Amino acid sequence: MNAAPPRIHYLNANYSLWSWLVTTDHKRIGILFMISITLFFFVGGGAAVLFRLELMTPEGDLVISETYNKLFTLHGIVMVFFFLIPSIPAVLGNFLIPLMIGARDLAFPKLNLLSWYLFMIGGALTIAAILAGGVDTGWTFYTPYSSTYSNTQVMTAAIGIFVTGFSSILTGLNFIVTIHTMRAPGMTWFRLPLFVWAHYATSLINVLGTPVLAISLVLVALERGLGLGIFDPKLGGDPLLFQHLFWFYSHPAVYIMILPSMGVVSELVACFSRKRVFGYAFIAFSSLAIATLGFLVWGHHMFVSGQSAYAGMIFSFLSMLVAVPSAIKVFNWTATLYRGSVELKTPMLYALGFIGLFTIGGLTGLFLATLAVDVHVHDTYFIVAHFHYIMVGGAVMGYLGGIHFWWPKMTGKLYPEWWGRFSAVLIFFGFNLTFFPQFVLGYLGMPRRYHIYVPEFQVLNVMSSAGASILGVGYLVPLAYLLWSLRYGRRAGPNPWNARGLEWETSSPPTTFNFDETPIVTEGAYPYPPLDTAEAERELETIETG
Amino acid sequence: MTTTTPISTAPHVAHHFDDAEQQFEAARLGMWLFLATEVLFFGGMFTGYAMYRAAYPEAFHEGSGRLDLVWGTINTAVLLVSSLTMALAVHSAQSDDRKGTARFIAATMLLGAAFLGVKAYEYAHKFHEHLVPGAEFAPAELASGVQPGHVELFFSFYFAMTGMHALHMVIGLGLMAWLWALARRGRFFPAYYTPVEITGLYWHFVDIVWVFLFPLLYLIG
Amino acid sequence: MNQGFELFPDAGSAYAGDVDALYAFLVAVALLFTFGICFAILFFAVRYRSGSDVPRRPLAVRHIRAIEITWSVVPLLLTMVMFGWGAALYLRQQQPPDDALEIAVIGKQWMWQLQHAEGRREHNELHVPVGRPVRLTMISEDVIHSFYVPAFRVKQDVLPGRYTTLWFQPDRPGEHHLFCAEYCGTEHSLMRGRVIVQEPGEYARWLAGATGDAPAVAGRKLFEQFRCHTCHTKGEAARGPALEGLLGRKVPLAAGGFVVADEDYVRESILNPQAKVVAGFQPIMPTFEGQIGEEGILQIIAYIQSLSAEEAAGEIQQEQPAEPGRAKP
Ligand code: HEA
Ligand code: HEA
Ligand code: HEC
Ligand code: CUA
Ligand SMILES: [Cu+2]
Repeated sequence: MNAAPPRIHYLNANYSLWSWLVTTDHKRIGILFMISITLFFFVGGGAAVLFRLELMTPEGDLVISETYNKLFTLHGIVMVFFFLIPSIPAVLGNFLIPLMIGARDLAFPKLNLLSWYLFMIGGALTIAAILAGGVDTGWTFYTPYSSTYSNTQVMTAAIGIFVTGFSSILTGLNFIVTIHTMRAPGMTWFRLPLFVWAHYATSLINVLGTPVLAISLVLVALERGLGLGIFDPKLGGDPLLFQHLFWFYSHPAVYIMILPSMGVVSELVACFSRKRVFGYAFIAFSSLAIATLGFLVWGHHMFVSGQSAYAGMIFSFLSMLVAVPSAIKVFNWTATLYRGSVELKTPMLYALGFIGLFTIGGLTGLFLATLAVDVHVHDTYFIVAHFHYIMVGGAVMGYLGGIHFWWPKMTGKLYPEWWGRFSAVLIFFGFNLTFFPQFVLGYLGMPRRYHIYVPEFQVLNVMSSAGASILGVGYLVPLAYLLWSLRYGRRAGPNPWNARGLEWETSSPPTTFNFDETPIVTEGAYPYPPLDTAEAERELETIETG
Repeated sequence: MTTTTPISTAPHVAHHFDDAEQQFEAARLGMWLFLATEVLFFGGMFTGYAMYRAAYPEAFHEGSGRLDLVWGTINTAVLLVSSLTMALAVHSAQSDDRKGTARFIAATMLLGAAFLGVKAYEYAHKFHEHLVPGAEFAPAELASGVQPGHVELFFSFYFAMTGMHALHMVIGLGLMAWLWALARRGRFFPAYYTPVEITGLYWHFVDIVWVFLFPLLYLIG
Repeated sequence: MNQGFELFPDAGSAYAGDVDALYAFLVAVALLFTFGICFAILFFAVRYRSGSDVPRRPLAVRHIRAIEITWSVVPLLLTMVMFGWGAALYLRQQQPPDDALEIAVIGKQWMWQLQHAEGRREHNELHVPVGRPVRLTMISEDVIHSFYVPAFRVKQDVLPGRYTTLWFQPDRPGEHHLFCAEYCGTEHSLMRGRVIVQEPGEYARWLAGATGDAPAVAGRKLFEQFRCHTCHTKGEAARGPALEGLLGRKVPLAAGGFVVADEDYVRESILNPQAKVVAGFQPIMPTFEGQIGEEGILQIIAYIQSLSAEEAAGEIQQEQPAEPGRAKP
């Protein structure tokens, strides 16, 4: 079906600012989120620029220690809670899930708008905390430092994150209900695109994990504000209780950050290999396995915290298990290329970058799950490198890949392909130069959150800072040409990539209610035509049973 | 691969749902998920409570002894009755008793407000007895061997848990006020009473939380 | 301590070498998979580029199943090796040998305070002899810190209100970095120092430069100053239990059950005596919370420990003249 671009679509239906502020259209809310998290990304990135500059020399010459500590705290909080956690779910998930399952909107459109407002209120509170002097606890808020000793704006920031937490709870809830109840006729569970599966798993974590973070932060805020003493060691409180509560959420939260990206990669790899994803069911179930097992490994952040050796062993063991479903995904994506028809368009470059960098980040996660090695590298730059490989090299790459892929759908415009490829390659190189030296630094023993460090670490730090400046420029390029394309970009048809999936069957940009008529689904996801005509029959059989 | 399915035009079915049944299903599933969130929210505090109580049984015993068992029991009864009136409100909506719906919602609200009143009285009393954690905390005549710090931990949990519970009650009352206004205008009838049903679920949940809190806090002394 | 640019940390103990071996194994696995996957991606991307003239016959279903199983099981087995090897090393590092040198460590914002069994104290520097296991008993006065010596590949958080321990056995003389690895506030990055590993003779000479009392001696003074001995004596009339040989003993409790007396138990007995009352005694011991600091408690523990040691060696004289009580540390 190839509809001509309609005169009225969700973007031009109403131009007033008010119509955006009270919209309940999932697509518009996705756009609102996109604008907001982009702002937050540059706030967090700006802080990174400052402290990477500071780390060019071992002395503390650019800022004082207090400022340095506030900078990395700001960076961690903003990047995690205000950029990466909402990134793919709230932007692409919001925009695409109803389109992909053939629904007219999410189940609770008003709740969806409320999510955005909660996000903005939480963000405003956190920004207020920064303007009022900043927070210096690190994004992890460990007690008793955060509850008693820090004299910065911990309470405001904690409340900000608490409020934002409800935004992700509501988004997750909305997705689960939508996926359960609003699928178009014929859209059975195993016909769902893997992007939807990934979001389903993510949403489960959102709904079950976030409240635990919320209550931990409430208790910290109550301790500071009202003098309740739940974490206070002076009263006999246990300093590790907070860490258990925090990581009970924050470990699953790392999968909130990576699963949606994995969903995006599945879509991209299928489209640009023009093949059904290899091992569809394995990828779908591995998402659920990750979401479930992910709730059982939080103690691997606490191997040297003073928890018992016995607990350490169990958490180490379970952390090893959680790696297997991730491995399955990586292998299946790679195998999708095999005997495909591969096109290295910008989104595909990001997807392949994701696979490589996520592999490195994930494998170094296994180093950390290995007890004796973690004792050495815990709280060093090795950790910093590990999670940036996954979160920046993996999740952010996936997000950018997804933005490029669905940009024509969202805006009706094509971005300039050459610039797209150029910036993807630039980001890849800048990224590796920034974070690879940090693995070495970490094994050498440079602790993280160090404003002033010993001189022999300087060379590697300079490399890292140099990489960060390339990376920073790399992020500015897409910002520039994507904005440019809004005005000057070529018109995109409904399906510029020749991709399969319900979102490509409607016009670009879609109308407010997505489909003129509710689609009826008759085949599985990724029904790309067989690449080998002689084997068309066999291919069909594979699709049915695979 | 497209054909049409009819889009329902009944006024209480939102545009993006196919029919009332789908809408009802969605609302109910949504509320259950929300309650799952709430379980984990309170679960964090229950875990902490369990840890500390295992570590300092005497102090928790001592702290619990200072709660007002009589008012606590009365409050439990009040809340249980309010669950009953809430269930009756749902029932009235189902059986098209529009007056009854509004009346039972009002009754539930009254009982909820009574609960909060008693709670406020208890809090004030604790304040007088210097049992509120913080600089003023000074429990009188502790049994020998009980560290005041540990008793303070007990009261920290008491206030955090009952405070969070009370906050949920206040939110519940807000929802009820809205329901009541709608019910008075006869907006609920057997074909559409979703808000009553899901607010009821919420109210019962808050009630159940109290049913756990009451023995854990009041009855271990 | 190497001053120049380096890619690999120096190893100051045999254990460090063992960790490095495990690390090398992990690096090998990581390289294997990373290069394997990158190579596969590049190879497929070129060979199966759109429009290339190669056969694209799909795989048969039974092959797919075999492949899926292989690449699930192989990583699983590899991770089990990682787990087993890592856990074995880790467990070995959990149990300090009995003949370890005892050193008390107090962390506070933003310095390390250390005291040797023979009395010498130091700040942000730790002198240890080569070839002997060293065991640190650590506590924090404020927030969480973490004692980290990269050259030994060991690290342990230092908590307020509870002892944690760490041990290592340096096997060559030299100087190593000592870092605080847990973020603890403004000057976290300056909470660092050196570990100086000396030849035993040199270490002995260094120790002899002690100015203060050995912890056990200081502990005895505190014991007298706070009049602990009025209750804790030997004999029928004693109101409190005798403390000789307490550490490591299984103590019966009035509330039923037993507790094995370790450092945390002694600390609790002093700060919160009624938490665990010894069977056969009245809960009359007052709390010394706020009167004896963390350092004093560590010294009293050292004193009680020395009682145990002397007990084993034979009876000792109790009537050394009590010196006038020193101010609270
Ligand atoms: C998106 C974010 C994300 C993701 C997905 C992960 C994934 C993993 N993480 Fe990571 N982690 C973080 C973000 C993330 N992490 C952050 C932010 C921190 C620090 C927090 C802080 O302290 O500030 C951290 C810290 C952290 C620690 C604590 C370290 C410490 O503080 O001492 C540990 C320890 O076990 C760990 C382990 C793992 C493991 C085993 C995985 C696994 O899920 C990885 C699985 C993936 C693979 C294994 C790769 C693919 C597989 C193959 C290519 C095949 C070959 C496979 C085998 C041979 C098995 N992580
Ligand atoms: C989604 C998560 C996310 C993302 C995207 C990033 C992105 C980056 N991070 Fe982040 N980082 C964290 C999450 C993330 N980080 C977390 C959770 C911590 C732990 C905090 C804690 O310890 O509490 C951390 C800590 C952390 C540290 C350790 C600090 C310390 O322990 O002392 C470092 C050090 O290099 C670092 C660097 C960077 C860099 C260079 C980027 C780059 O990718 C950023 C690139 C972006 C830009 C550069 C902005 C865009 C460009 C401009 C604003 C224009 C101007 C710039 C130039 C022209 C150069 N991060
Ligand atoms: C008024 C008498 C009294 C004084 C003074 C006193 N104690 Fe005690 N102590 C007791 C009694 C009685 C017990 C056993 C009951 C209990 O466990 O509380 C005890 C138990 C202990 C124990 C646990 C012993 C075991 O066998 O498990 C330790 C350790 C201890 N005291 C140390 C000290 C120290 C150190 C001081 C001085 C700073 C001190 N006590 C002062 C009466 C006293
Ligand atoms: Cu002490 Cu960091
Ligand atoms: Cu984790």
